[in-house]
Amino acid sequence: MKKFDIIAHTADAGIVAYGTELKEAFANAAYAMFTLIADLEDVKEIVCRQMEVEAGDRESLLVSWLNELLYLFDVEGIIFKRFKVMELSETRLKAEGYGELLDKARHSLKAGVKAATYHMLMVKKDNGYSVRVIFDV
Amino acid sequence: MARWQGPLKKIDDYRWEIPQSYKPGMRVPGLIYASQEMVESIREEQAPEQVANVAFLPGIVGYSLAMPDIHWGYGFPIGGVAATMVEDGVVSPGGVGYDINCGVRLLRTNLRESEVRGKVEQLLSELFVNVPSGVGSKGKVRVGKKEIDEILSQGARWAVERGFGTGEDLEVTEEKGCLKGADPDKVSFKAKERGSPQSGTLGSGNHFLEVEVVEEIYEPSIAKTMGIGEVGQVLFLIHTGSRGLGHQVCDDYVRTLREVVQRYDINLPDRELACAPVKSKEGQNYLAAMACAANYAWANRQCITHWARECFVKVFGKSLKQIGLEMVYDVAHNIAKMESYEVKGKRLNLCVHRKGATRAFPAGHPDVPSRYKKIGQPVLIPGDMGRCSYVAVGTERAMKETFGSVCHGAGRVKSRHAARRFQQDADVARELASRGILVRAASKGGLAEEASEAYKDVTEVVEVCHQAGLCRKVVKARPMGVVKG
Repeated sequence: MKKFDIIAHTADAGIVAYGTELKEAFANAAYAMFTLIADLEDVKEIVCRQMEVEAGDRESLLVSWLNELLYLFDVEGIIFKRFKVMELSETRLKAEGYGELLDKARHSLKAGVKAATYHMLMVKKDNGYSVRVIFDV
Repeated sequence: MARWQGPLKKIDDYRWEIPQSYKPGMRVPGLIYASQEMVESIREEQAPEQVANVAFLPGIVGYSLAMPDIHWGYGFPIGGVAATMVEDGVVSPGGVGYDINCGVRLLRTNLRESEVRGKVEQLLSELFVNVPSGVGSKGKVRVGKKEIDEILSQGARWAVERGFGTGEDLEVTEEKGCLKGADPDKVSFKAKERGSPQSGTLGSGNHFLEVEVVEEIYEPSIAKTMGIGEVGQVLFLIHTGSRGLGHQVCDDYVRTLREVVQRYDINLPDRELACAPVKSKEGQNYLAAMACAANYAWANRQCITHWARECFVKVFGKSLKQIGLEMVYDVAHNIAKMESYEVKGKRLNLCVHRKGATRAFPAGHPDVPSRYKKIGQPVLIPGDMGRCSYVAVGTERAMKETFGSVCHGAGRVKSRHAARRFQQDADVARELASRGILVRAASKGGLAEEASEAYKDVTEVVEVCHQAGLCRKVVKARPMGVVKG
């Protein structure tokens, strides 16, 4: 099963991520976001970070989580490349992210993602799950 | 994406109205400034729908406006202007955007193209080293907990007091580089954490430093007042904003305001338009935090100005006085400001949201620096790196029609993703070099994303504003060298 698609949006960039379970779709959305930021082949799994995020509903939870990861990238310099969503309810997410501290000499960085936005935000169940997020880049 | 099928009523060659009747809930009509050809491409995406959606905001006055560089954003269109009543209207963080006080600063030099041409490469290398740029870059200024609060409340003055530039720089910065009402306590710890290490960094995406040369002067005496005297003179442009601090402030408050929208019984067609009454606690808190982020951005551009001056001194082996590099002006193009306008014979206090739009005050306006009182506020409109940039001045007509606002740049026509697929960085660099434009980019894919083909032609955009009487063209400059973040 395909993890995600990049979708074009005039000034920005968006992703649609898929999963048989919603947890998997959330994890793939985070992975897709980091593929916009860096070439993940060069990134090792050295650091592990646990996260807990809360929000008013499932859609906002997705945005809050992605923005939490951007915050960690900015402040701690962690490029994440793998995610495990352990708990996911309508309003709360608990997850682990694996990656490496940014090393400009080794890592190939692409676009800066400023934020995950609520624009065209979607969480949908069909065969499996798909989620859509537009980023401000 | 489907083509937008809504009604656009032609008012004249440059004005297109979306009638208030288009959607029940619109409180005012929409008005888009564009040429006939532009309207066709604007219809290609949903930006006009966003203009109509903004017209739902409680307290909106006049029109929901869009400049000719309009393109599809999130919530608000990019190029959008909306003025709401301070008394009983709302403020919307989406009307400012994530990059609060993203803006442009222009400096003029005494250098001629001929003496700079051979040194552009060296200059770009110096700038590349001395101005931290790109994704994940850290600043050279050590900023602790106390300093970050000082930056947030003092803005560009904080930098000047530490030797980064002079008091004269502040005189020609919008709001003198410090927006009033900033309260660092309204900025989250997370935002400050993101902002501290990024102080004095360019960032990535469409942010850049540009060495450019004057190609045409339309209004010689006005240009002269700005220190721009002749074709061939070299200028320097800085485009950046409030970095992670601003992004976090926006995210924090969009989240808060999404939850209070229902409490204030506000009906919105798009949740990204989350807002709160200007006078409510939430609205006031956002404005106090937004002012902090705006100040951070002005301090940022001030620090970068200083390092750029050091680079020029080093490369040209002359004193700063000989080189010039005095500021022409610094404008914010993502911001909400409290301004007073006469609407239908009544003086109103308004909250003017400019999301990818530049303030353009006319001659004689009290907020225009004394140096420019007779000519009006300089308006800085950069184009993409392969075309050109403009300097204009504000007009009375903009005060009457657009709450003293004009366009902010070229406006995208192609998504970054599409642009990246279309070309490689190296192709873009080679093509630009063949036309005498050298580039250095910090991020992979950055050049392809920012290639000329991804943008509207800024000349057409500025021409619409000029012909519509919103601003007057003064100077056109073309790039010689660009550092892309």
